[in-house]
Amino acid sequence: MRHFKIEHSAKAMAQVGRSIPHESAIKQVCGSATYLDDKSPPVDGLFGYPVLAGVTCGRIVTMDTSAATVMPGVVRIITAADVPGLNDVGPVFKGDPLFAEQNVEFHSQPLLLIVATSYEQARKAARAVQVEYEVSPAQLDIHQAIKQQDWVRPPHALEQGNVQQALVNARHCISGQMHIGGQEHFYLEGQISIASPTEDGGMFVQCSTQNPAEIQHLVAKVLNRPFNYVTVEMRRMGGGFGGKETQAAAWACMAAVAAHVTGKTVRIRLARGDDFRITGKRHPFFNRYQVGVDETGLIEAVDIELNGYCGYSADLSDAIVDRALFHADNAYHYPNARINGNRCRVNTVSHTAFRGFGGPQGMMAAEQIVDDIAYHLGIDPLKVRKRNLYRPGRDLTPYRQRIEQFVMADMIAQVESEARYWQRREAITMFNQLSPLIKKGLSLTPVKFGISFTLQHLNQAGALVLVYSDGSVHVNHGGTEMGQGLNTKIAQIVAQVFSIDAELILVNATRTDKVPNSSPTAASSGTDLNGMAALNAANTIRQRLVEFLADHHRVPADSVRFESSRVYFAGGEMDFSELAQLAYVNRISLSESGFYATPKVHYDRDKAEGHPFFYFSHGVALSEVEIDLLTGENTVTRVDILHDVGNSINPAIDIGQIEGGFIQGMGWLTTEDLRWNADGSLASAGPATYKIPAIGDTPAEFNVSLYDSENPETSVFKSKAVGEPPFMLGISVWSAIRNALASLTDYRFAPSLSTPATPEAILNAVAEARQWAAAHLHNPEATGRTTEC
Amino acid sequence: MDAVHFDLTCCLLVFDGIGGEHLIQFMLNDEYIELTTAAPNLSILDWLRIHQGKTGTKEGCASGDCGACTVVVGEYQNGEWHYRSVNACLMLIGNLHARHLVTIEALSPAAQAFDDLHPVQRALVECHGSQCGFCTPGFVMSLLALYLNHSQYPGKRTVIHALGGNLCRCTGYQPILNAAQRCFAYPRVSSDWLAPAQLLERLDKHTEVPSLTSGSHCFFLPQDLGQLLQLKHDYPDARFVAGGTDLSLEYSQQLKCAEPLISVSQCTALKRFTHTDTGTFIGSALTYGELVGDFCSIYPETRELFERLGSCQVRNGGTLGGSIGNASPIGDPAPLLIALQAQIEVQSLRGSRRMPLEQFFVDYRKTELADDEVIVGFHLPLRPDGLHLACHKISKRIEDDISAVCLVAAFELEHQQIQNARCAFGGMAAVPARAHHTELALEGQPWSLNTLKSAGEHIQQDFSPLSDVRASAEYRLQVSRNLFTRIWFEQQARIDNVNPSPVTRIQHAAL
Repeated sequence: MRHFKIEHSAKAMAQVGRSIPHESAIKQVCGSATYLDDKSPPVDGLFGYPVLAGVTCGRIVTMDTSAATVMPGVVRIITAADVPGLNDVGPVFKGDPLFAEQNVEFHSQPLLLIVATSYEQARKAARAVQVEYEVSPAQLDIHQAIKQQDWVRPPHALEQGNVQQALVNARHCISGQMHIGGQEHFYLEGQISIASPTEDGGMFVQCSTQNPAEIQHLVAKVLNRPFNYVTVEMRRMGGGFGGKETQAAAWACMAAVAAHVTGKTVRIRLARGDDFRITGKRHPFFNRYQVGVDETGLIEAVDIELNGYCGYSADLSDAIVDRALFHADNAYHYPNARINGNRCRVNTVSHTAFRGFGGPQGMMAAEQIVDDIAYHLGIDPLKVRKRNLYRPGRDLTPYRQRIEQFVMADMIAQVESEARYWQRREAITMFNQLSPLIKKGLSLTPVKFGISFTLQHLNQAGALVLVYSDGSVHVNHGGTEMGQGLNTKIAQIVAQVFSIDAELILVNATRTDKVPNSSPTAASSGTDLNGMAALNAANTIRQRLVEFLADHHRVPADSVRFESSRVYFAGGEMDFSELAQLAYVNRISLSESGFYATPKVHYDRDKAEGHPFFYFSHGVALSEVEIDLLTGENTVTRVDILHDVGNSINPAIDIGQIEGGFIQGMGWLTTEDLRWNADGSLASAGPATYKIPAIGDTPAEFNVSLYDSENPETSVFKSKAVGEPPFMLGISVWSAIRNALASLTDYRFAPSLSTPATPEAILNAVAEARQWAAAHLHNPEATGRTTEC
Repeated sequence: MDAVHFDLTCCLLVFDGIGGEHLIQFMLNDEYIELTTAAPNLSILDWLRIHQGKTGTKEGCASGDCGACTVVVGEYQNGEWHYRSVNACLMLIGNLHARHLVTIEALSPAAQAFDDLHPVQRALVECHGSQCGFCTPGFVMSLLALYLNHSQYPGKRTVIHALGGNLCRCTGYQPILNAAQRCFAYPRVSSDWLAPAQLLERLDKHTEVPSLTSGSHCFFLPQDLGQLLQLKHDYPDARFVAGGTDLSLEYSQQLKCAEPLISVSQCTALKRFTHTDTGTFIGSALTYGELVGDFCSIYPETRELFERLGSCQVRNGGTLGGSIGNASPIGDPAPLLIALQAQIEVQSLRGSRRMPLEQFFVDYRKTELADDEVIVGFHLPLRPDGLHLACHKISKRIEDDISAVCLVAAFELEHQQIQNARCAFGGMAAVPARAHHTELALEGQPWSLNTLKSAGEHIQQDFSPLSDVRASAEYRLQVSRNLFTRIWFEQQARIDNVNPSPVTRIQHAAL
């Protein structure tokens, strides 16, 4: 069953559309919301800690554990030989060994697991293991990887039209390139798993993961047991952001092996520094482009190459680089396009999912292109952006999905006028002319983000709705709560069906023995998929109750109404709780599992075409920044955001996602600076050196509004996904910094400004802009055709 | 890792010499606690979570950088209790002696009904200030300290300085800023429960050196200078600790074993700030939070430097003596004190000595301090008339970050000529140091942009900085040069208050 009738009257919408607080908010402010490490270990509980490789690339010659074995509290040292099943936790493709056996492929790769009676003892013993290596040269340079075609997966490209010809014919041809830094998730709760053996020879695993089903499957494979012997439970994460989609698996599997070997409950929690070192991050990218445009800035052709630093293994990189390709157009129409994506192998930790999943890195290419066009032609960047938007007649994406909803022009117009773009543009230009040390910049950037897993089969979900005889309701679904408010929204959706208060609905731990075969809570799809499944189950129960009441009281079924916790029917009414009790004594089933599969989505990878996205979420951000020409210090002084969440299920939660996503995107592009040492170890391995935005970085003026527009597709209550899209609104900050830099060139050139745009990167860009100005501004280039390509 | 060999017999002997029981006494919320045995390097965080099962306080990083473990600690000073936020992962359990530790559990009624919440909790719920909730207890405790120390909303800048050490990865902070304002709008709740009189009554019975032992490891908390000097004489291997803002990382990150520890944080002689007509004395064990008010009344130009030094929690634990004693090349206090011609006073049972602070630093993390000596404090000469003081800290993030470059420049202007120029840098060499060539290029020169710019060109004669995770050598040199241009524009704006002066700084909310 895929489609549902949705009631829209004002009264009926009493639960959906309300800004109720997060379901755990009171517990969170009391410190009583329980995270995994808050659980008391059993008296005989053990703690595991991985032994990490001290080199980046090489062969393991010997591992001497004698010193560790005799340390106090050490119970057992687990090796690959202790793994009963498969020693690999690759999520899609094999190649992620649980314990490295022969070869080390990235610095700090796990080799062994110390099991001890305390966390501290396990950690100390892990450092006492002596390993001898035969070191070999490491691949750390992406340019080498590209040159040697050193891929973790083969390239994939989107092609449309005749790019070569169109570039030759274009009046202006511009090219550019950019390095884009990665990003550490910095979920406040680090990776943690607790595994307990069950009496059937199975395993009960509690894990901070976005993907309980995959943890179940991998633990089962590692233990060589059928899936049904492994149960995974996940109540809440202290943040995920993609970092617990595949990266939670190794610790869950290690804990499970250790629990299997010792027969005891084993807990593994990574210390923050090691969490930085041994879990994957957002892929750094190196992008190159050529674009052909006419004299008005209209794009005629693009040739874009996106190179993702995948790390040592494939992990999810195939899908991530694909999503980068799918977003290298952002909101702009490319009549002729070639967009190629390379999956480069480098000897680092395997980079992984992170909010946006490659989309942001692809979108950066589009936003660099439109800015470069604007400065090259001397046109305001906003005009170039508006000129190139998808619109009827220019609606075909490079992957041949037609754009059907054209809201971007209207959204831009709204921000442009309400946030007074042109007045501020003029004021900033004036300010910059008179200000020798500080320059301001302004930029409006759009976001069009495709919603659906690009892997078709993941677009499904299940839910279990249980109505008890007192009218209280318990809901399980396949999604996971990581702070995004999924459980709150699900409660509102189910409450809406029964017209009862959302507080009567309890949505708690996700368990693989309640809802099987669930997809990861990722791709912004949590509410779309699980909300629909829960809606499906609740609607079935509701329909059953309507039919029961009609039959029981011999009234027409269409006279039955659910309203404000009451049920009305011809000639009578009762509380919802009374109806539940009545149904129970009349032996009516009050539970149901629900299911949902997203319609319409498909993608033929061989032809590089299809309809990978059910719909698109949209947003517009206008950011104003200041940069210091002496130091490169920078700040965001004002941000105006208009975002499209369709009909909001919970506006407060949606706005929370938008604000948080924006700041996280801003951090990615400004202060968050991942650095590796020459030997391949991570230099910025902790919050002392890796700086996510702090409270003062929140723009002094920060206006966020929801765009008034329902989802034209049949999504849950016509809402739209909101998890990832706002992240990319942060691109406006980077674009605004380039705009401030362009004030040094009379707005005719902006340095490409590789990211993160740290003070140092900005100061270097200031020098680049000044050099350009010195070389070009006194002899204005001849008008006419330019050939930079 | 250096193994610490410690003679147990010696420990017990001397211990008995100083006298009495081994005991630490404090309050945990409304519970009186006595500890005799605990690892001296045990953090409050581990004690709470592992030993007490109080898991409301979260571990985010265990390095004092995220604020998830923030707790509030009360100290009885001048007849009343003062409450401040600190990182539970940095503060060692022994330093809780005579203090009142307040954790999130104190604010959490059993019923957990909305109406029972403290205003700071209620405001966070109403403003949607928690998402994943893991950072939330830390924010609650930082907000509680703010609430206790202000009777009304103190303004956004103060809020930002109170919360700059609490990281949130979900919300983008906007709802938390709103909550910080809203909590003051509700009817004010009494904080009478925060006056643990019983602790004071019980404390009176004990006058010897409070201490903890665990096997051969020990932690001493001398109350006066005599005790301190004696202990350091008896335990020349002992490490000093105050806020533990640096030392604790050796335990939590490097997993080092505990040496004998001597805490200076309750030694009254080291906690004085005096300002007389001969100059200023700053006790080495004063926390930044305790000294900043008095210091800035003499040197208001240093306010930003102190506001950006670590986080509020770190400023409530960290001390000048700790930073100087560590001889970190990237600490901000050293350049400041060097530029102000500070003398450091150290003392031992052999006597006391003073030296210019810049001579105290011998090499990377090496100082002149002998094994039996203690840093007592810092002497500053009287502020010269016509002193110009410029403090500049450059870091990737404005708040709670370590300087890539820190420059403190002090000079006087006589008849538009630069006199007594002192330019002290952090981040540019293995030790905090003056830029002598640069100073020479300023000395006696006319006050002009040209002078400043030319002087800045001498930086590369003074320093060959390193490239590291915070910045490249080139950036450090370039910025150091450029800061002289900024100094001219800033000071010129003060000198010439007639003409409109150009904007010299970005408008960051924390500045």
